[in-house]
Amino acid sequence: METYIGPDPALSVARPGNVRLSIRDVEAFYGKIQALRGVSLDVHEGEIVTLLGSNGAGKSTTLKTVSGLVRAQRGDVQLEGASISKLAAHEIARRGVVHVPEGRHILRGLTVKENLELGAFTVKDSAVRRQRLNEVYELFPILHERRHQDGSLLSGGQQQMLAMGRALMHGPSVMLLDEPSMGLAPKLVTDIMRIIKRLNEAGTTILLVEQNARLALRLAHYAYVIENGTIRMQGEAARLREDESIVKAYLGMGD
Amino acid sequence: MTWYDSFLQQLVDGLVLGSFYALVALGYTMVFGVIKLLNFAHGDLYMTGAFVGFGGLSLVSGFLGAGWLGIFVAMLLAMLAVGCLGVVIERVAYHPMLGAPRLSILITALAVSLVLQNAALALTGGQYTAFRTELGFGGFNLGNLFLSYNQIVLVATAGVLMIGLELFVSKTLYGRAMRAVSIDKDMCRMMGINVSAVIAVTFFIGSGLAAAAGTMAGAYYGSIWYFMGFLIGLKAFTAAVIGGIGSIPGAMLGGLILGLLESFGTHIPFIGSEWKDVFTFSILILVLVFKPTGLLGKSEVERM
Repeated sequence: METYIGPDPALSVARPGNVRLSIRDVEAFYGKIQALRGVSLDVHEGEIVTLLGSNGAGKSTTLKTVSGLVRAQRGDVQLEGASISKLAAHEIARRGVVHVPEGRHILRGLTVKENLELGAFTVKDSAVRRQRLNEVYELFPILHERRHQDGSLLSGGQQQMLAMGRALMHGPSVMLLDEPSMGLAPKLVTDIMRIIKRLNEAGTTILLVEQNARLALRLAHYAYVIENGTIRMQGEAARLREDESIVKAYLGMGD
Repeated sequence: MTWYDSFLQQLVDGLVLGSFYALVALGYTMVFGVIKLLNFAHGDLYMTGAFVGFGGLSLVSGFLGAGWLGIFVAMLLAMLAVGCLGVVIERVAYHPMLGAPRLSILITALAVSLVLQNAALALTGGQYTAFRTELGFGGFNLGNLFLSYNQIVLVATAGVLMIGLELFVSKTLYGRAMRAVSIDKDMCRMMGINVSAVIAVTFFIGSGLAAAAGTMAGAYYGSIWYFMGFLIGLKAFTAAVIGGIGSIPGAMLGGLILGLLESFGTHIPFIGSEWKDVFTFSILILVLVFKPTGLLGKSEVERM
């Protein structure tokens, strides 16, 4: 990209709700390779925020610095104003930030039900665990049907549902979704997107990483575009969606 | 005795031997499951367990006697102490190495094994220590088969420990977390599971089971020494490989199979008991060649 399109003040608007999750100037490395070069973004309470960008731009790494799988060398990640960037990954999860990773990471050899129950590992009250299990089964009837099967033998779409159901078992306040539509048939993509919308309407704050930018922009309230480890653009999703040139230039989606 | 009676007697002996192998193999396989380490110090934890159990028995025998009750209490003490030792070993020696190449941590395990062996050597002077108990020689005849009470108690105790472990791993949330850690550590972290704590618990249980086997073996065979963990460590490893390393039911099955094979193997005509270990380790080689995943193991065996 030759021309730099900075965060355009015209696209930034006052966003409702308090800042739930805040990433401030985060830099992260894989060995000597710098993956993030000062990423800053905010997720407000009740929002779906999408982080867009091409392969290798730093989308997944950004999520991993939030969930603690990758350490931020510089910068800070804050959850409701308190820094979480020094915490171990499991402690971050216990604060209600749940990461649904790319590739779903279903625990092979464990049944669908066991996978779900482990999602509620930190929930000490077994009545709450049972209730959440029922809620997840209600949301994804197919998981109930397949509850005794090895979770890793489900189809891609069902695995995505399992991964999301497992995250819901945790009772998350912030969900980090990494490429939930990856490798799914169009019909399933629509289903998954509808579920994300439903979860959000039920009060879950969501940070969504997607390669399918059109889809993500339809779903999200606010969007950031990352390129080479820095945020190149941000704005209301509705506005970004209308600006075809931006979408084409940054997201490589010329029709 | 007919060949049939002899067969039954070998079966019983094999079960006793197999129980020891199985208990030790469980620790091998559990530790391999969570951190993919062949813990070559595991046999020495069995030896340490025998000595701690011996010490424990001399402590409690004054008021509990040195029969099975005293031995059980001593065994529990040994399980607790050696369990903690296992956790300390993991923290001090293995944990800092988890990011290092696999060969480094394997060599660390060998070093830990030598440390434990030589510590025991220094403390005991390399002498056999008599493990005195008040166990009787009672038993009963079943047809021509003689079953001693000691054998029955021993196999039953091992069975209870193994069933307890299996229930813990398959029925409790923490046990499932243990299985999950052996599959995908990062995913566990994302679900809020403290992976380091689960690894510590795994070491505690594995080491405790080895200590239980050590105490019982000491009491059953009547003498212990600093080098007693070496061979059983290798055999338990063999048992774990036969069953499929990483698989808990596999370790139990492998232990029992190995015990039975050894028991019968020593009675093959023209092959004396001095060939026993040749027989055992030939089986290891055969399994590694023809079924490297073991009887109950899943695919994806990683080469060391």
